[in-house]
Amino acid sequence: MKAIHRLALAVSLALPLSALAGEVEVLHWWTSGGEKRAADTLRRLVEEKGHTWKDFAVAGGGGEAAMTVLKTRAVSGNPPSAAQIKGPDIQEWGELGLLANLDNVAEQGKWEELLPKQVAKVMQYDDSYVAVPVNVHRVNWLWINPEVFEKAGAKPPKTLDEFWAAADKLKAAGFIPVAHGGQPWQDGTVFEDFVLSILGPEDYHKAFVELDEEVLTSDKMVQAFAALKKLREYIDPDAAGRDWNRATGMVIDGKAGMQIMGDWAKSEWTAANKVAGKDYLCVPFPGTQGSFAYNIDSLAMFKLNDEENRKAQEDLARTVLEPEFQQVFNQNKGSIPVRLDQDMSEFDSCAQQSMADFKEAAKGEGLQPSLAHGMAASSYVQGAVFDVVTNFFNDPEADPKQAAKQLAAAIQAVQ
Amino acid sequence: MSSVAVPTPKAVHRSSMDWLQAWLPKLVLAPSVVIVLVGFYAYILWTLLLSFTNSRFMPSYKWVGLDQYLRLMENDRWWVASQNLLVFGGLFIAISLLIGVVLAVLLDQRIRQEGAIRTIYLYPMALSMIVTGTAWQWLLNPGLGLDKLLRDWGWEGFRFDWLVDPDRVVYCLVIAAVWQASGFVMALFLAGLRGVDQSIIRAAQVDGASLPTIYLRIVLPSLRPVFFSALMILAHIAIKSFDLVAAMTAGGPGYASDLPAMFMYTHTFTRGQMGLGAASAMLMLAAILAILVPYLYSELRTKRHE
Amino acid sequence: MSNAALQPRLSAGRIAIYATLLLACAVYLIPLIVMLLTSFKTPDDIRTGNLLTLPESFTVIGWVKAWAAVNGYFWNSVKIVVPAVLISTLLGALNGYVLSMWRFRGSQLFFGLLLFGCFLPFQVILLPASFTLGKLGLANTTTGLVLVHVVYGLAFTTLFFRNFYVSVPEALVRAARLDGAGFFTIFGRILLPMSVPIIMVCLIWQFTQIWNDFLFGVVFASGDTQPVTVALNNLVNTSTGAKQYNVDMAAAMIAGLPTLVVYVLAGKYFLRGLTSGAVKG
Repeated sequence: MKAIHRLALAVSLALPLSALAGEVEVLHWWTSGGEKRAADTLRRLVEEKGHTWKDFAVAGGGGEAAMTVLKTRAVSGNPPSAAQIKGPDIQEWGELGLLANLDNVAEQGKWEELLPKQVAKVMQYDDSYVAVPVNVHRVNWLWINPEVFEKAGAKPPKTLDEFWAAADKLKAAGFIPVAHGGQPWQDGTVFEDFVLSILGPEDYHKAFVELDEEVLTSDKMVQAFAALKKLREYIDPDAAGRDWNRATGMVIDGKAGMQIMGDWAKSEWTAANKVAGKDYLCVPFPGTQGSFAYNIDSLAMFKLNDEENRKAQEDLARTVLEPEFQQVFNQNKGSIPVRLDQDMSEFDSCAQQSMADFKEAAKGEGLQPSLAHGMAASSYVQGAVFDVVTNFFNDPEADPKQAAKQLAAAIQAVQ
Repeated sequence: MSSVAVPTPKAVHRSSMDWLQAWLPKLVLAPSVVIVLVGFYAYILWTLLLSFTNSRFMPSYKWVGLDQYLRLMENDRWWVASQNLLVFGGLFIAISLLIGVVLAVLLDQRIRQEGAIRTIYLYPMALSMIVTGTAWQWLLNPGLGLDKLLRDWGWEGFRFDWLVDPDRVVYCLVIAAVWQASGFVMALFLAGLRGVDQSIIRAAQVDGASLPTIYLRIVLPSLRPVFFSALMILAHIAIKSFDLVAAMTAGGPGYASDLPAMFMYTHTFTRGQMGLGAASAMLMLAAILAILVPYLYSELRTKRHE
Repeated sequence: MSNAALQPRLSAGRIAIYATLLLACAVYLIPLIVMLLTSFKTPDDIRTGNLLTLPESFTVIGWVKAWAAVNGYFWNSVKIVVPAVLISTLLGALNGYVLSMWRFRGSQLFFGLLLFGCFLPFQVILLPASFTLGKLGLANTTTGLVLVHVVYGLAFTTLFFRNFYVSVPEALVRAARLDGAGFFTIFGRILLPMSVPIIMVCLIWQFTQIWNDFLFGVVFASGDTQPVTVALNNLVNTSTGAKQYNVDMAAAMIAGLPTLVVYVLAGKYFLRGLTSGAVKG
C-alpha cells in the first residue's frame, strides 16, 4: 500500500508537465513577418511547458475581423482561451462576465511590481487581473529621412512652428513633405498627435478619456482641426486609401521627408536594412516631447471549464511576461517591453529612448492612452471620432469650428 | 374468415401508400422549409428585435423603442452609404446588362474561337470579390496603376484619380464590379440566344427586317426570363457588395464609398453599436422588400398562368 | 441563335465586331496579366516599374513563399467544399422537383420566401447562426461550416433546378404517375437523367461561391480548419509589417486557381447548362 502510494507520488512528481497538459487556443492578428516570428516564440515557450497550442490567426484592419470572430465565438458559448483585446474593450468583455480571473498568476509573478500602474489598471476588471499586457507602442512619433532633410535644408522639428517650417522647406525643394495614408485610423492618429501637441496631455485626457464637452469644443480643439487641415497642403493628392507601410516606403525611398506614425513603422525601416539614428531618425511628434501616447497590446483570458486548459491558460499568461518573450516580441514589433525591469541593451536607440520617455511620462500626466488605437475610449466613441475626423480631412471645404462641434455631437450621440 | 381478412391489409397498405405518396413531396420539402424559416426568417425577427434595443457590444434586451432608427436617420454616414448603393447598384446593373447583351449578340455572329473568347469574358466570375477588389485597387491607384502606366508611355498630362476623389470613388467600385459580373451576364444571354427559335428570325428576314431590328424587336424581348435571372443575380451581388468595398477602398476616402452592408457590419461588429447595426439591416431589408416583392410577385404569377 | 442565314464574310461590319470582341478580351485580361507579372517580380522591381513592365529579374520567390503560407489550408477548403456542394445540390434538386412538379398550397409562397432570403446580407445572420450552432454542439466544427454553406446555398440551387424543371413538360410526369410510378421513381428515372446540364451549372456555381467564401470561413471555422481564403487574408491583409505584393498576388492566384480551372475546363458545360433552361426564369 505504502509502496503504491510512494510510486504514485513519484509518478506525479516526475510527470507534472504531462499530467497538466492542456490546450490553449489563442485568437490573434500577429500575422506579418516579424509578428509571426514573435507569435511563434510564444507558441514554442508554451509548448515547452507541455501544452498544445491551437493557433487562431485572423488578420485584417487592426483586428476588426478578429473581433467579429470573437463575438460569434462568445455567442456560441465557445470562446478561445485567450484573445487579443485591448484598452477599454477589456472592461466591456469583463462586464459580460466572460473573462477569467488571473489574480493568482499575478500574485505569483509579482505583476504589481513588474508593471507600471497605468498599464496594470487597464488589465484589470473589478480590481482583478483578467488580461496580460504584451507590449507598449508609442503612437506620437515622427519618422524622418535625414538625407532628404539635409537636401532641403530643413532640420528636425521640436515645435509645431518648426514642423511647418521644415515642411515648407521640403515642399520648396520638391519633396512630398509628409507621407500619409488616408485611412480613418491614420487620419485619427495624426489628429490625435496634433491634439496632444496643442492641448497638452491634461486637456487631451479631458477631451478623449473624460469626453468633456467643453474641451471638445474649445478654441484649442478648433486649432487642432485647423492644423489637420493645414497638413493637407503638405501631403500628396494620392494619399487616400494608402496603407501606412507604403507611406513609410515613400520616406525610405527619399520621395517624402517625414511620416507621423507609431513605432510599428520601425519594422518597415528594419526590413529595408536601415539603421536607427543613422539612416532614419525617430523624434517625438513636435510639441509632445514630455508625453507618451500609448497603445498596449494585451491578451484577455476567457473563462474555461476544463481544468487542464485553465492551467495551460495560466501558463500562457506567465509566459507572456517572461523576459525572453518580451525581448523577441518587441524587437520584432518595434514596441517596448511592458516590464519596467527589462534589460534594454539589446534594443535599438529608438526603443531605448521610448523606454526612457515612458518611465519619465509615467511619473506625471504625460502618459496618455491613444484614442486612435482604442486605448482611450470604447470602440463606439473611437468610431464616432474617426467618422468626424476622416470626413473633415477629406473635405477641402471643411470648417474647423464646425468640426469641433460635430466631434462633440458625435461623441454625445453614441454615449 | 380468411376471405374477408385478406383484402383488408392490402387496402390499408394501399391507402397508406397513397397517403405517403401524397405527403412525400411535402416531407421532402420539409427540411428546407425548416431551414428557411429558422435560417432566414427567425434570424430576421431576432435582428428586428435587436433593432429596438440598446445593444452595444453584445446583444442585450433593454428596450429603447425606435431610438436606433431615429439615430440612423440623423447619421450622415448612413445617408452617404444609402446614396452610394443607389448609384452603385443602378449603374452596376445597367452597365453589366448592357455590356452583357452587346457582347452576347456580337459573339452570336458565328465568331471564330468563340469558346476561348467566352472563357476570357467569363473567368472574372470565378474570382472572389476580394481578389477582384485588390487587383482593381492596384489598377486604379493613381501613381501606381493605369495612371502611371499611361504617363510612362508618354501621355504626360494623363490623370486618373477617381479612387482618391470622394465624389467619384463610387464609380471605381462600379468599374470593378462590372468587370467581374458582365461576362457572366453575357453567358446568360448567349445561352438565351441559342434557345431562340430560328424560324421566327428567318421569317423576319424574309419580311426584309434588318438584323439590328430583328434583335431589338424580336429576339431580345423574347429573352424576358433571362433578364429576370440576370437582374436577380446582379441585384443580389450589388446589395451584398461587401468584400469588394472592403478590399478596394475600405469605405474611403473618409467614408465616401461606404455601402449599407459595410455600414451594418462595421457598426455591429467593430464599433459595438449592435442596435444601430440591426436597425440599418432592417431598413436594408425593407428597401429590398419594397423593390423586389412586386417584381417577384408578377414574375411568379405569370408563371402560374402558363 | 447562330445565324445560319447570314454567311460570315469579311466586311467592315465583321471587322468591327471582331475588333470590339478583342478589345473586350484585352480589358478582361488586363487585371490577370498584371497579377501574373507582379507575382514574378521582386519587391524593388514593383516599386520602381509600372504595372505592365516585364519583371527585370524573373523570380518565383513570391510563389514559393505564397505556397508555403497557404498550402496547409488548401485541403481544409476541399473538405468543406465537397460535402457542402454535393448536399446543397441534392437538396436543391429535390426542392426544385417538388416546386415544379408537385405543387401544393403554399409551395409558391415558400419559393417566394426562399428567393427573398437570398438577398439577406449574410452579415446579419452571423450572430444568430453561431448561437444556433453552439446549441447544436456544432460550433467551430467543419460540419457546422458545411451546414451553414448548405443552408445559405439552398436558395440558388433550388432556383436553378426549379427553373429547369418548369420547362420540362408536366405531361411526362403525369403519364408516369398514371403508370403507378412513385415520387422518387419519377425523380430518379425521368428527371435526374435529363438534369445533367443543370447539375453542372449548379455544381460550378456552388463550388465557386463556397470556395471563394471568406465571411463564413473566418467566423465558423477555427484555427487549423480555416479555409484557404482565410489564410490568404491573413497573408495579404496584415496591418503591420512589410508588404510583399509579389507574394500577395501569387497567393491570390493560388487561392483562385481551382475556381479558375473549373471555369476554363467546365465553362462549356456551364454555358450548355444555362442554355438548357436554367435561365428560363
